[in-house]
Amino acid sequence: MPEIKNYTLNFGPQHPAAHGVLRLVLEMDGEVIERADPHIGLLHRATEKLAETKPYNQTIGYMDRLDYVSMMCNEHGYVLAIEKLLGVDIPERASYIRVMFDEITRILNHLMWIGTHALDVGAMTMFLYAFREREDLMDMYEAVSGARMHATYYRPGGVARDLPEAMPQYQSNRWRSQKDADHLNQNRQGSLLDFAEDFIRRFPGYIDEYETLLTDNRIWKQRTVGIGVVSEERAYQLGFTGPMLRGSGVEWDLRKKQPYEVYERMDFDIPVGTNGDCYDRYLVRIEEMRQSNRIIGQCIDWLRANPGIVITENHKVAPPRREELKADMEGLIHHFKLFTEGYTLPEGEVYTAIEHPKGEFGVYLISDGANKPYRVKIRAPGFAHLSSMNEMAQGHMLADVVAIIGTQDIVFGEIDR
Amino acid sequence: MSNRKQQLADALRAAFGDRIDSVSVEYNEVSIDVAAEQLVDVATELRDDAKFKFQQLVDLCGVDYSQFGRDEWQTEDASRAGFSRGVTASATTGRLQFGDELDSLATQGRRFAAVYQLISYSHNQRLRMRVFAPDNDFPMVSTVTGIWASANWYEREAFDLFGILFSDHPDLRRILTDYGFVGHPFRKDFPMVGHVEMRYDPERERVVYEPVSIEPRVLVPKVKRQDHRYLGDVQDEAQDDA
Repeated sequence: MPEIKNYTLNFGPQHPAAHGVLRLVLEMDGEVIERADPHIGLLHRATEKLAETKPYNQTIGYMDRLDYVSMMCNEHGYVLAIEKLLGVDIPERASYIRVMFDEITRILNHLMWIGTHALDVGAMTMFLYAFREREDLMDMYEAVSGARMHATYYRPGGVARDLPEAMPQYQSNRWRSQKDADHLNQNRQGSLLDFAEDFIRRFPGYIDEYETLLTDNRIWKQRTVGIGVVSEERAYQLGFTGPMLRGSGVEWDLRKKQPYEVYERMDFDIPVGTNGDCYDRYLVRIEEMRQSNRIIGQCIDWLRANPGIVITENHKVAPPRREELKADMEGLIHHFKLFTEGYTLPEGEVYTAIEHPKGEFGVYLISDGANKPYRVKIRAPGFAHLSSMNEMAQGHMLADVVAIIGTQDIVFGEIDR
Repeated sequence: MSNRKQQLADALRAAFGDRIDSVSVEYNEVSIDVAAEQLVDVATELRDDAKFKFQQLVDLCGVDYSQFGRDEWQTEDASRAGFSRGVTASATTGRLQFGDELDSLATQGRRFAAVYQLISYSHNQRLRMRVFAPDNDFPMVSTVTGIWASANWYEREAFDLFGILFSDHPDLRRILTDYGFVGHPFRKDFPMVGHVEMRYDPERERVVYEPVSIEPRVLVPKVKRQDHRYLGDVQDEAQDDA
């Protein structure tokens, strides 16, 4: 019988379960992990350095590309920092739109998470289900911003434009008959709000479908219960935030504890886990989707009843409308200065944090009084979560590493920045 | 809310006295400056003292202050030749070419700082702690990995991007840049376009590194304005908030 020694296993960066470009160097004793050393940075684009050479508004587009499954939440963290330093107030309607799209984004993110997590662990169907719903949510993105993913919709002072009165329609073509197109267009006849309302009416039923597939599924429980257990004390130490922290039993949600925008007017609950394992974090995220659904509903009702402006009228920060630009000299000057030079921020530094679907997304902004940031630091929740990989995976089997990567909800756009 | 921030600032002043250099409350955020030699003591107390209980290090980042306040476009007064055009300004990070050096690196005072964002879940408070590295050429700060485990990767990142050394760090390797990378890319004297570019050489049948051939360009110069536009309501509101 040959002697069995420890050996090193390279996992990724081209591995379907690595959720992007994670390279894990695993020191194995048989099939048990002794040490896990994640190598990151394969997607490093130096977003923060790029931001230093551009006027503030030109960086919003980079924010979408950080965590590329929860685009608008990244933008939100960034524009909040600028607004805090500038001291501009945004119209109430813009706040509600932001909250609504933050929650749409949260569902979008959690659907991606549950689809890939379940796929990694062996439940193929989940992926197909989750992507079916993501399509509707991306249609909302498209309707409001013109882009399915990288929206660049939030602007300092509000949002880029008001919610549209009509949804984009499917067209018939060689592969799609008129009948199929009409069927797809059925709930796209009204405004974006009608479409969103239709979605939130359907969505709880879909979550029930996911739960039927997973919650009591024997294989799913065998793969997640008791895997990657993190105690409350360790969760603080390791820098966990968001669902990872709540899974370990900490009742903490920035939307409740340090509310921004209009979250203090929303009625929703914070789900909390008890054991701090992968299964609890799964339950937490599933419940978060239901709560997001509730918040979207409240936003829709308010937005229907309260039309108004969606971006500040302070044209030192936000450009004037097209008509003003054409008719008014002041408007033309404002427009010209904003797009050639941007606005300058007062000297100072702020840190703003929002409850991103993955945890606390923070932007630390230092301004030296110029039209470009002096330093931007993006606090990505996934970075702290991935750094705990060694501790979470130690003593587990190789197959559990995949479950742990899944439960950490890793996206490399934000970790490598 | 701002009252609670003020209370925290007062408590910090009372508890630490001379051991912290300054306490300020701006934009409704409390921040302190700590000397490098006091860092570990102050940090331990911030975590353990029942008054503060900063259980978590949310974020840690390096900052290079060497270009702070420098702009590329003189807008204050016109010479006989008119206003500065903002396109011929001296080298700044965005305009640096391969081999160039920044002309004004000899900054007054200290160049590198590590900034810690702390959060207390028990008291629902945040605190920002800034520590300047005493030596500009050999920036060194003690590690806080023994106090907050999450500091491990954050300190590696600050080391990688800024070259700030964290003494007694268990595993201070590069984290975000390429294997074999030279330099610290987020320093202000590191050019935007980098130093080397990479391509596949079909003759040698491997990847080769060469000096960059990209022309650096700046589309919008960095400008500071103190004119009437910013003396109006925008800045007043910012002051009110603070």
